[in-house]
Amino acid sequence: MASIPRSRPAPPSIKLSLSDPVVRAIVFQVLVVGGVALLVWYLVSNTMANMEARKIASGFGFLNREAGFAISEHSIDYSPADSYFRALVVGVLNTLIVAILGIILATILGTIIGIGRLAKNWLISQICSVYIEVMRNLPLALQLVFWYYAVILENLPSAREAHNPLPGVFVSSRGIMVPVPANDPTYGWMLIACLIGIVGTVLLSRWAKARQAATGQQFPMLRAAAGLILGLPLLAWLAGGAPTVLDWPELRGFNFQGGGTLTPEFAALLIGLVTYTAAFVAEIVRSGILAVSHGQTEASSALGLKRGLTLRLVILPQALRVIIPPMISQYLNITKNSSLAVLIGYPDLVSIANTTLNQTGQAIEGIGIIMMVYLTVSLSIAAFGNWYNKRIALTER
Amino acid sequence: MSDAAATLKSLPQSGGFNNSPLAQWVKANLFPNWWSTVITLVLTYFILKFLFGALSWSLFNAVWSIEGTDTEVCRELKGIGACWALIAEKHRFILFGTYPFQEHWRPALLIVVFLVLYGLSTVRALWNYWLGVVWAAGLLSIGILMWGGVFGLRFVEQERWGGLPITLMLATFGIALAFPLGILLALGRRSDMPAIKAICVAYIELIRGVPLISLLFMASVMLPLFLPEGLTIDKLLRAQIAIILFAAAYLAEVVRGGLQAIPKGQYEAADALGLSYWKKTGFIVLPQALKIVIPPLVNTFIGLFKDTSLVLIIGIYDLLNAAKTSTIEPKWQGFSIEAYVFVSIIYFVFCFAMSKYSQKIEAELSHTHKH
Amino acid sequence: MKHLGKIAATAAIALGALAGTANAQQSTLDAVKAKGFVQCGVNTGLAGFSAPDSQGVWKGLDVDMCRGVAAAVFGDANKVRYTGLTAQQRFTALQSGEVDILARNTTWTLARDTSLGLDFVAVNFYDGQGFMVKRTLNVKSAKELNGATVCVQPGTTTELNLADYFRANRMQFRPVVIEKLEEVVAAYLAGRCDAYTTDASGLASTRSAQGANANQHIILPEIISKEPLGPAVRHGDNKWADIVRWTFNVMVEAEEMGLTSGNIDSKMNDPNPGVQRLVGKTGDMGKMLGLENNWSYNIIKQVGNYGESYDRNVKPIGLERGVNELWSKGGIMYAPPVR
Repeated sequence: MASIPRSRPAPPSIKLSLSDPVVRAIVFQVLVVGGVALLVWYLVSNTMANMEARKIASGFGFLNREAGFAISEHSIDYSPADSYFRALVVGVLNTLIVAILGIILATILGTIIGIGRLAKNWLISQICSVYIEVMRNLPLALQLVFWYYAVILENLPSAREAHNPLPGVFVSSRGIMVPVPANDPTYGWMLIACLIGIVGTVLLSRWAKARQAATGQQFPMLRAAAGLILGLPLLAWLAGGAPTVLDWPELRGFNFQGGGTLTPEFAALLIGLVTYTAAFVAEIVRSGILAVSHGQTEASSALGLKRGLTLRLVILPQALRVIIPPMISQYLNITKNSSLAVLIGYPDLVSIANTTLNQTGQAIEGIGIIMMVYLTVSLSIAAFGNWYNKRIALTER
Repeated sequence: MSDAAATLKSLPQSGGFNNSPLAQWVKANLFPNWWSTVITLVLTYFILKFLFGALSWSLFNAVWSIEGTDTEVCRELKGIGACWALIAEKHRFILFGTYPFQEHWRPALLIVVFLVLYGLSTVRALWNYWLGVVWAAGLLSIGILMWGGVFGLRFVEQERWGGLPITLMLATFGIALAFPLGILLALGRRSDMPAIKAICVAYIELIRGVPLISLLFMASVMLPLFLPEGLTIDKLLRAQIAIILFAAAYLAEVVRGGLQAIPKGQYEAADALGLSYWKKTGFIVLPQALKIVIPPLVNTFIGLFKDTSLVLIIGIYDLLNAAKTSTIEPKWQGFSIEAYVFVSIIYFVFCFAMSKYSQKIEAELSHTHKH
Repeated sequence: MKHLGKIAATAAIALGALAGTANAQQSTLDAVKAKGFVQCGVNTGLAGFSAPDSQGVWKGLDVDMCRGVAAAVFGDANKVRYTGLTAQQRFTALQSGEVDILARNTTWTLARDTSLGLDFVAVNFYDGQGFMVKRTLNVKSAKELNGATVCVQPGTTTELNLADYFRANRMQFRPVVIEKLEEVVAAYLAGRCDAYTTDASGLASTRSAQGANANQHIILPEIISKEPLGPAVRHGDNKWADIVRWTFNVMVEAEEMGLTSGNIDSKMNDPNPGVQRLVGKTGDMGKMLGLENNWSYNIIKQVGNYGESYDRNVKPIGLERGVNELWSKGGIMYAPPVR
């Protein structure tokens, strides 16, 4: 590599020498950028020529055409008469739903197992460690297929023989059906009220912190937050006439109609992602806790801090600093691994984009859309993680 | 599990039971107080129940062989016992895919070669120039074994390769060939040259931001369009390329971690000696950095080993796909759990051995660091 | 620079060794003859059409199509290499020259024939999409499936036909979309869906695979689409298309003439002029295709006639001949005369 710049002597008239590191750096960079640009141009021109020769359509015009296929799970209205664009949006939303729920649940389960791994009870710590080893050392694809086909589908009864553990709750191979509140505009207002509550809590906590720093007065933040986040939606509910009508699932014809459904595909994907990732989270949590030396706990109790306060003010902030960076990469993994949904028929972005590119023959656009969406989500999570990490790191003096 | 065995072994086995160290250990670790006792008992009940269920399915009620091709015996079990006859019939297909039946000793030998290579690489005393030679020889023999065409071996085309050799090859070549690229990317990312740094960061973040599936789709559907007309690359090679490009981005981050851990003094000392950038990197920085990153490197390898199972989505007969395909024949339909259990054991043995090795090396390295 | 040149040369050689190069200008026949085998794109695993057996040997109706072409070109039905292709990969693989023939239970449609740069040359299996339900469901017609959950494989015409059918009949359904055949069947059997839809051939094979439980499933009478499945070649290479087309026609013609792999040697001196042409004694048929004159003998001797291939591959999955019977026996399988 180093021989490349040397082989091109600079004109002697100008006082630039290749032994000058600055010049060498510039020449080297120009060459590399040029090489990369050349490669990209080569690939693009090949692609154009090939698509021309094989009469493959290009462009995103297909997005407005009728999709023609049905999607089993959609959080927005969708029918086969809708466009490919809408189908892809359904896919993106499905991916986001499973990723967000997966992140929350894997964090909870992983933390429990990570702490369990450190438990004094030998049996608990051994079970946790066996769990971690088994989960980490089997491919996720295998685990998902196993959960869906061997566990969920094999063991649940058909729709007509559904288990009915609670009134209105049915468990069958069609999924878990539960009664949900019937559609009412009040719920929209409750959601808005909840969001207002969250924003209010954030602002209030800033003010409270500033006041405590300035005057030393404490503010009952926990109670205030609960009041805002839970109380405001409750008020909205009362103001909306306190609707209590529930939408009950019932067996009509082939399927359950009404109510809310947790489908087997979604459940299998979520369980698979959560149980797999939790093993990694557990190891992160464990090493985070172990990273805080025992002296810290002793020191803080010597200062007279209570156990809860020690955990919240001394151990957690230090452990979190170790935990957060690898945790973010696990969150990214959950999001990316949700693409394995294609194996068990959950209509995530990849499986819908896959069907789309199959029917339109426009592979480049289809794969391009998949990559752009994942890249956006990944970079957002990474950016948020880095911001949070910096915020935590600032507490270091 | 081995931790438990070790703990038990470390206990002296003498003395009366009630006062023996074993009894004390049991009391301290299983029944220290009432709620811990309750947990222990409840867990024991569930473990025994699970073990009994698993054993009766996999051993007591299992069918081990069938007469001829009649799988009705298995169907009559209706899931209360395993049909291991499937494995008896199909294990060679699952392990070696569509490789010519008479030539199966070749991929079998290949697995042995890989195991020997992995085994040799775990011995730290052998970490020198010769190991590279051994690997080169090993990989050459792997190529000769799989392709043949020389020494009187029948030529076998890539389309017929399958099963465990594919999984091993995709993972091993994936890491081996991604390694130099990963190092260059890591160095580039820490470079002072803005254009180089930008390209490396863009590449690493792009690849790490998307799922491997999308790269495999790209390799299988888009790559043929990228190439000039008339030039085609075999499907397996395309998947291998995608895996290399994927692994390189992750390795780059692993190596970068190692580079960041090198004390600044090392760089400054090298500069003071007047070493050029490549000499400084090659003789001072990289050897130290790479040694630190061996444990995460092994972990990346484990991840890649598991991720190779995704090539089933683009129709390559790796271990997992061969297992799935083995139950396509009508008479064997419905026994996929047995096939999955079989390959699970294979995956687990490989990954577990590697992760134990990585933990051991990590302990050794942190030990030497403290001195 | 010297080093760079060396590296570039090495890389070029390595790439050349790993990547089979096929010149697009060169005719497929010449390219196939030069490399010494037919590269055939088949399904990664579909019982009866193409699937590897316990010993890893490819078997099936589509596989026999490829073997027939190899027998015609090389006189050796074993000079075939198989590339397992998923639904997404199949057309790209043919377009890019990765395979010479696409024999992957692919439906012949106008759009595919015209806009994908390929030509369908024959129909080696007439199929149609249907529904299978469990007997306990008490459904007699697909029209009664309103509100049902239907298991279907994605990305093919099947998924679109399904949506079209329900829309046309103003019915609702919920799809469960799973890519792999074995798994979509597992989902149906486990009761995840009320009905399973795919080509009738697939339904029959799934049903027969249930052994003693086969009669617990019924295939509904409605066939909601036409699915003529056949081999395809790259657009514009008529010579190669002719070879593939007439390889198939010879197999059908041989069945009509009563020629089988077993009896062809004893019929070499049969006075029937049609038989004489098929065994390559008269007519110079091979020359016209650019092959040896015993090309058709080799196909029949090594692969067998269409009926043999059908009985060997498709019968065992529980599918009777039906419309795929010869025209003279009430089916629609009809080959143009070999003369």
